[in-house]
Amino acid sequence: MSFSLYAEVLIQGVLTGLVYGLMALGLSVIFGVVRVVNFAHGEFAVVAMYAAFLLFGLFKLDPIAASLPVALVFFVVGYLLQRTVVQPFVTRPQHEQFILLVGLAIVIVNALLLAFGPEAKHVELSYSFDSYSVAGVLIDKVRVFGAAAALVVTATLLAFFRYTPTGTAIRAAADNIVGAAVVGLDVKRLYAISFGIGLACVGAAGSIMMALTDMTPMLAPSLTLLAFTIVIVGGLGSMVGALFGGLLIGAAEALASVIVSPSIKSMVSFALLVLVLALRPQGLFGKAET
Amino acid sequence: MNELLASLPFRAKIALALAAIALIAAPFLVDRYVLSILLLCLVSAYLGQAWNILMGFCGLLSLGHALYLGLGAYAAAALYVQFGIGPWAGVFVAIALGVAVAVALGWLSFRFRIEGVYFALLTIAFAESARIGFDNLAWLGGAAGFFLPVRPEDSGQWQNLRGGPFFFYYLALALATAALALSAVLRASKLGHAWLAVREDPQAARALGVRVVRVRFAALIISAAMTAIGGVFLAFWTNSLFPAQIFDMSRSIDIILAPIIGGVGTLFGPIVGAFLLTPLGEGLTEVLGAVGLNAPGAKALVYGLLLMGIIAGTPSGLWPWLARRLGLEQKQP
Repeated sequence: MSFSLYAEVLIQGVLTGLVYGLMALGLSVIFGVVRVVNFAHGEFAVVAMYAAFLLFGLFKLDPIAASLPVALVFFVVGYLLQRTVVQPFVTRPQHEQFILLVGLAIVIVNALLLAFGPEAKHVELSYSFDSYSVAGVLIDKVRVFGAAAALVVTATLLAFFRYTPTGTAIRAAADNIVGAAVVGLDVKRLYAISFGIGLACVGAAGSIMMALTDMTPMLAPSLTLLAFTIVIVGGLGSMVGALFGGLLIGAAEALASVIVSPSIKSMVSFALLVLVLALRPQGLFGKAET
Repeated sequence: MNELLASLPFRAKIALALAAIALIAAPFLVDRYVLSILLLCLVSAYLGQAWNILMGFCGLLSLGHALYLGLGAYAAAALYVQFGIGPWAGVFVAIALGVAVAVALGWLSFRFRIEGVYFALLTIAFAESARIGFDNLAWLGGAAGFFLPVRPEDSGQWQNLRGGPFFFYYLALALATAALALSAVLRASKLGHAWLAVREDPQAARALGVRVVRVRFAALIISAAMTAIGGVFLAFWTNSLFPAQIFDMSRSIDIILAPIIGGVGTLFGPIVGAFLLTPLGEGLTEVLGAVGLNAPGAKALVYGLLLMGIIAGTPSGLWPWLARRLGLEQKQP
């Protein structure tokens, strides 16, 4: 195999990985603030994919552009979900949170299955097969657009957390929940906003993914696992870490599927996960707990 | 076991005895279909006890128990089919394999202080890696599955676990009873008290001189070994193994549902949960079929909603609530 093929695969992997990173970022925000692991994360990604698929079918809306409206709707859904269903579980043991969210995941996958059937869905864009040629290396146009959209969303979020009062308040609540309550922050509202932001990330990422791959409801559990792997490698709670983790896992899986075989690619990310846990349990960008 | 019996009020002893008699007599009273559901309940109760020792007693959340189930199943099945070694010998290899992997996982997590969510996610990663590995292992059939031969001339060979429904039913009953007894003995033992101390507060336990890592290893090894034995049972009962089924995440979820719904850390919780959830799943198929809602996914959808409802309504599981209501609580020693 030639050098340019490896370069191609690597670049495609990195670009796809940035979109995965955005999805994982949502998981990271929810865990970092609310301290609940969203075991239905991949399921929400698939819901977003269906939303993008429907928007494309109805209005010919490009899935990458659809990421904006889908993210907004997902924010509202996440806000309400946290307020009604998840909030009572915030103080409950992890395994009970797990059952709640696994129950939710089962409901989502099977509702989609009932509504849309098990067939793989696919969106055909005018530029689906276009590519840029850089120094003899071909790069898919759609992946470049997707990765760029993911970066824009991520940058917006970073700015939100860094510069807005609400963003600062959320960081305060994530850092010290008791302290945040003492200084009079409405922690429940901040939690709901955080859950909303987490779902907005997965909504945007899911829409973009619809432009990149075929989709079935059965994809959901593997996306959940992918998001977990990425945030642990990058460091749970770290935003830059999630993005970098996505990039790393995307590149590693892409290379593994050409070098070894496509069926083995998830094992490579699990191997990376084990390696990171052994060498740096808090993740590449995570802060060590003191 | 004696401590368990002594701690039960008179009413509970009667209830336990009646349940035991009903389960022993069941094969002669009910039809094949009901018997197969009872068997599933018993298997679920058995696996639930195994998981409960790790999570309920020692506080380590494993979301990948399908790993030990699958390893045990494949080990015994491979020995039987490829080398003609029967399951009564194979079960020891199955246990050894399950324990070896559990020790590797334990070493990695305890050595590097991987706890809480991280431990749970690591168990998922191990189980998923095993699934992918076995999917690509051509020697044992890979993704196409691995099958145990079912020959008429073998039937009745109990030494090779080749029996009918009655045989497997009583075997499952024996396993579930043994698991309950073992849990009761462990719970009352010195080790059991150390587990509870570690579960509640590892640092305080360490300060009191409990060897936290060693105690956790003990729970992990016992739990993995029991689950691997369950895998051997499953292999010879179903006669077919698919990595996508036996190592699947949904299998791990099935294992932990019964003890969580029944009551984590209790002795009877896994049993109550198993005898509630298994018939619930089966009953849903019947009910939804009767009202014409048997589209694929409808059953699982309702099941998911029920799970969310039950976990929201009974925070510490059904058994503690049920026991209080019926006056079956254990006396505190």
